[in-house]
Amino acid sequence: MLTRLGHDLTMAEAARGPGGSRVDLLVVADMVEPGARVLDVGCGDGELLRLLETRGVDGRGIELSREGVNECVAKGLAVVQGDADTDLEDYPDDAFEFVILSQTLQATRHPRVVLEHMLRIGRHAIVSFPNFGHWRIRLQIALGGHMPHTDNLPYAWYETPNIHFCSIKDFRQLCHVGGAKVEEAVALNAWGRRMRLKMPWWFWNLFAEQAVFLLSRRG
Amino acid sequence: MAEATVTLDLADRTREADHPHSLVVRFPVNKPLRLDAGIDFSPLQIAYQTYGTLNAERSNAVLVCHALTGDQHVVNTHPVTGKPGWWETMVGPGRPIDTERYFVICPNVVGGCMGTSGPASTNPQTGAPWGLDFPVITVRDMVRAQAMLLDYLGIESLFAVAGGSLGGMQVLQWAASFPQRVFAALPIAAATRHSAQNIAFHEVGRQAVMADPDWQGGRYFAEGTNPRRGLAVARMGAHITYLSDAALHRKFGRRFQDRDNPTFSFDADFQVESYLRHQGISFVERFDANSYLYLTRAMDYFDLAADYDGVVANAFRGATTRFCVISFTSDWLFPTSESRAIVHALNAAGVRVSFAEITTDKGHDAFLLDEPELFAIVSGFLEGAATARGLKPARRY
Repeated sequence: MLTRLGHDLTMAEAARGPGGSRVDLLVVADMVEPGARVLDVGCGDGELLRLLETRGVDGRGIELSREGVNECVAKGLAVVQGDADTDLEDYPDDAFEFVILSQTLQATRHPRVVLEHMLRIGRHAIVSFPNFGHWRIRLQIALGGHMPHTDNLPYAWYETPNIHFCSIKDFRQLCHVGGAKVEEAVALNAWGRRMRLKMPWWFWNLFAEQAVFLLSRRG
Repeated sequence: MAEATVTLDLADRTREADHPHSLVVRFPVNKPLRLDAGIDFSPLQIAYQTYGTLNAERSNAVLVCHALTGDQHVVNTHPVTGKPGWWETMVGPGRPIDTERYFVICPNVVGGCMGTSGPASTNPQTGAPWGLDFPVITVRDMVRAQAMLLDYLGIESLFAVAGGSLGGMQVLQWAASFPQRVFAALPIAAATRHSAQNIAFHEVGRQAVMADPDWQGGRYFAEGTNPRRGLAVARMGAHITYLSDAALHRKFGRRFQDRDNPTFSFDADFQVESYLRHQGISFVERFDANSYLYLTRAMDYFDLAADYDGVVANAFRGATTRFCVISFTSDWLFPTSESRAIVHALNAAGVRVSFAEITTDKGHDAFLLDEPELFAIVSGFLEGAATARGLKPARRY
């Protein structure tokens, strides 16, 4: 499944920047150089691509859901129907400056393979994901004894499209084994706002609801 | 199913081929069409229709490429059948291909029978129809001829090229042969090559035509016959491939035609039989049997990769054309996998491409039918491309 957590990001939805865009998407967009060639994997209804196009970015998208794709194409965006797990291999090396995976990593079947393809296709990869290490999630498992249920993660365990949750700590480990160098990392709180910089990783891992990583190929 | 059909006798057929009810350009003998078969064909005649107005910058022209049995009569009453144009849902004022904004051109393809040079046209050397003396043509030849028409019209660059099926093949060939002349490309229900299964279907159709004694080795004009039965059978077979099992079931099921019980004969007991017979009969009244052979052959020969070292992506490398590829879920003649192959090639070449698969049970013919999602996608794609091209919005009164 490659649906962005479109309906789920209710709290982040509430946090919109000056242009009316979701703050987590603004954080992603700010990492992209103007005029760059960008591939947005799991582009949903195309909100990020539209935001990027206003900044002169040459944006392309892949989306799994047919409704999402058709909505994007009807908006004039260059989006193709496809699956991050199977279709990234068709793209040539270094085809893009940035490959973005926004709120989609946890829904892929093979997150490591997807990340490796992103770093092959693009000079940079930008990955945003919900942090499963957040204290409220830990509390629900530890004390409630059940799979977490939050405003951002409303699915029951048996019907969630999200099959590969990870914490910020887990993601850093994936970067290590997947050959990715962390260029920049931004943590977002429950309202989708940037958390203050220069906090230790354990703090982010406990208090960030979402994280956005800018990566490049290592070595 | 009953309708008044106009019967074209053979004299009418050659008259429509030589003096069509549409705009026509006749190129002089010293301006031949260079064919893939290695022949310089002349004199070339192209029949075409236009809709809308070419702007002062000559930047709003849209070339519509018709399919195997289509023609240039996109949105006007057909001069032979009296029926509406074949793409009135897509083209016209306020339609996705908006004739208040774009200047639409549709030529009859080379090898056709509605006024562009084809086997039913008169061979000036003999004064009789070409028949099988007409050279075998390819999709690339069709596109080359269309480029000659655009030169004649003084249109250097097309805003868009659009078409389904054989029309979609022409769109792909346009983008490959003349990338600098195509700003936006819309191949619908198309493929980069004709599959073995599709060649097989075409061969059955051709054999049906040639098995009809009235075909007379292709010389039916001279013999005063017309291979109606063969061409009708070819059309019946082909028509099944344009639909889908689900659509046939929805429309006809196992219902009987004007009776409650089987007749224990080979009458058209079932509605679906009656429908197919009607399709076959009405087709032969407007189409030339030899044209059918030539155009199916052109589709069979289409293989874009073959001209580019076996790699489709090479056909599009460096192209700045923006593409919108569209397929239909129930199309088993040009299935989504074929459109996906086009998309893969475009991605590999780094070309800007959108791709949508539309859910429908109407099969291959869905591109000709009322599909709101198709219209929304084509509108949106063209709107985005028009903005990028700096075209003014349509003036509405």
